[in-house]
Amino acid sequence: MSAPILHTEGLECRFPIKGSFGRRLGEIRALDGVSFALHHGEILGLVGESGCGKSTLGKTIMGIQSPDAGRIVFDGHDIAGQSPKEARALRRRLQYAYQDPGASLDPRWRIGRSLEEPLVIHTDLPASERRRKVREILVSVGLPAGHIDLYPHELSGGQQRRVGLARILMLNPEVVILDEPTAGLDVSVQATVLSLFRDLRAQFDLTYIFISHDLSVVRLMCHRVAVMYLGRIVEIGPVEDIMSRPTHPYTQSLLAAIPRIGGRRVTETFWLEGEPPDASRLPQGCRFQGRCPHVQPICREIDPPDREVGAQLSACHFAGEIEVPPAAEDAT
Amino acid sequence: MNESLLDVDGLSLGFSGEAGFAHILDGVTLRMKPGEIRGLVGESGCGKTTLASAILGVLPRHALKIRGGTIRFDGTDMLSRTATADQARVRGRKVTFIPQDPFTSFNPVFTIGQQVDELMKWKSPERENAGVPRHPLFTRYPRARRRRDRERILSTLASVQLPQPEQILKKYPHEVSGGQRQRLMIAMALLPEPDLIIADEPTTALDVTIQAQILGLLRKLATERGAAVLLTTHDLGSAYEICDSVTVMYAGQDVEAAPVDAFFNAPAHPYTGKLLASRPEGAGGMTGIPGEVPSFYDPPPGCRFAPRCPRATADCKRRPDPSHPGEGHMVRCYHPIDAGSAAEAAEIVGAER
Repeated sequence: MSAPILHTEGLECRFPIKGSFGRRLGEIRALDGVSFALHHGEILGLVGESGCGKSTLGKTIMGIQSPDAGRIVFDGHDIAGQSPKEARALRRRLQYAYQDPGASLDPRWRIGRSLEEPLVIHTDLPASERRRKVREILVSVGLPAGHIDLYPHELSGGQQRRVGLARILMLNPEVVILDEPTAGLDVSVQATVLSLFRDLRAQFDLTYIFISHDLSVVRLMCHRVAVMYLGRIVEIGPVEDIMSRPTHPYTQSLLAAIPRIGGRRVTETFWLEGEPPDASRLPQGCRFQGRCPHVQPICREIDPPDREVGAQLSACHFAGEIEVPPAAEDAT
Repeated sequence: MNESLLDVDGLSLGFSGEAGFAHILDGVTLRMKPGEIRGLVGESGCGKTTLASAILGVLPRHALKIRGGTIRFDGTDMLSRTATADQARVRGRKVTFIPQDPFTSFNPVFTIGQQVDELMKWKSPERENAGVPRHPLFTRYPRARRRRDRERILSTLASVQLPQPEQILKKYPHEVSGGQRQRLMIAMALLPEPDLIIADEPTTALDVTIQAQILGLLRKLATERGAAVLLTTHDLGSAYEICDSVTVMYAGQDVEAAPVDAFFNAPAHPYTGKLLASRPEGAGGMTGIPGEVPSFYDPPPGCRFAPRCPRATADCKRRPDPSHPGEGHMVRCYHPIDAGSAAEAAEIVGAER
């Protein structure tokens, strides 16, 4: 494959925990050495439980947060920690779709005005041209052009998502970061929104980073998946490989936790106990040690480096050696 | 009455608001046996939560208009406006509730222990006459009962697998995680030793690994203690996990009710079939259901799914009567999917793998 359109190297992002009088009590390592590459035209899934740093990663790439260390290279340029002015040109090509589009639309603006705003900021098109473009994009996301004059509260959740997407497409971006694009949607609406994403990708030649906690959606949509746990990518690889042969115990348990209709009941076979530890008090060694069923003494001492297993990279000392528990095997 | 614990029969109700009268529930029938775990499945806005609140009797009285039907819980008429004392005795004591959002369901300014004690003061299984409203100042909480209740609380917290129950009771709600808060909610729903637990989307706000733990816990404890559970959910997967039978609702109407195996292997209502096919795991997935849920202010007459239904005919202007394609299987449709026909079965069930 050609050079990646976007890649990160050792990206770190820490949030300080402040006590009284601004004393620094500790820090949350929201991103802890994240490296990955995104190729042109692909859909990269980013999965993990809440609080594992998925959204932080997306926002750091966008420049909404600046990283504490590491590089983000977009199209040959290091964009980490750019000034807002420098970043502006970039914003046209890199866009972020927020989790809740209802909350990111101005309730007092009509849809048409919200959609027009990016054009006003980034281009010097005349008003008539702008309006023509708004109408064009609105139709391509599957909304009637008449919706230009509606207010956000008059739309349903699925329609609001389409408007959110339309606003992102206004500037013809190349990479779109979709943050939980189907959270809170019903299955029937979710299905239509997902197929819209696919159609638009073909139509506008887009590359997606697809942040989600729903592995079944990710399996359907993505080419590659990165699984995050407490600020680190613990496994990354092609979607079929990860779904059929997960090598990291955390990926295995995530896959096993999905209820599968017609299969064995997960609630009877699920083995993972406990909850993720506090991100401000990461243990020494592997961050999954407290919940891992295969934990060995080495896991408590050395944070495992990425290990190559086939096309997958897995941050586990025993990647490729651990047996997949029975419930995960059903997933194939 | 002896065989069914909860009996909702032809319930129609709505709310009057500024935009007119909203016909929320239309002739909903739901019957639950003691100890049964039933899933109430439907998309958002289909009336699941309204039905659950109606059973509890906590709908806002000033806007509510009941247009017909009955709700009987173990012999108590939950809709009557005269038997309020009986209803209060049932509410929170015989029927308890697990809310959707564990994050907003605790009062942030009291410790968890204070809030659990408050519950037990009023709804302890040992309390005579539980629930009859009296001024709090004149209600005593005898020390002996308080001690016994304390033991009961600690053992219940241990049974929902919360580590160090005594420490947790001293904490404030923000100090525990979402999964732990939902465990606490389950514990509080179990403490009054209810006959029916209404769980309103108890795992929607949780991660998938925590969801598997919580659902397993709910099923285990309800079975152990002989409580029936009404689990409302929009996730067919979680319904499959723990339910004995499933009722599907669409836009305020019950369209299909079936034991869990029959439901997933041989769905009869076109809506159910479409819903199963929309799941991302389905091979024919991503089709979705064209069209939108109808407005409650002006619902279509008869079957409310008719405008989106590929099988709809003129007959569908009248609400279909229940028919029974199988044992315990009820469907309200003039043109149900025939599970025997191979082509149709493939169209729907084939989407599962």
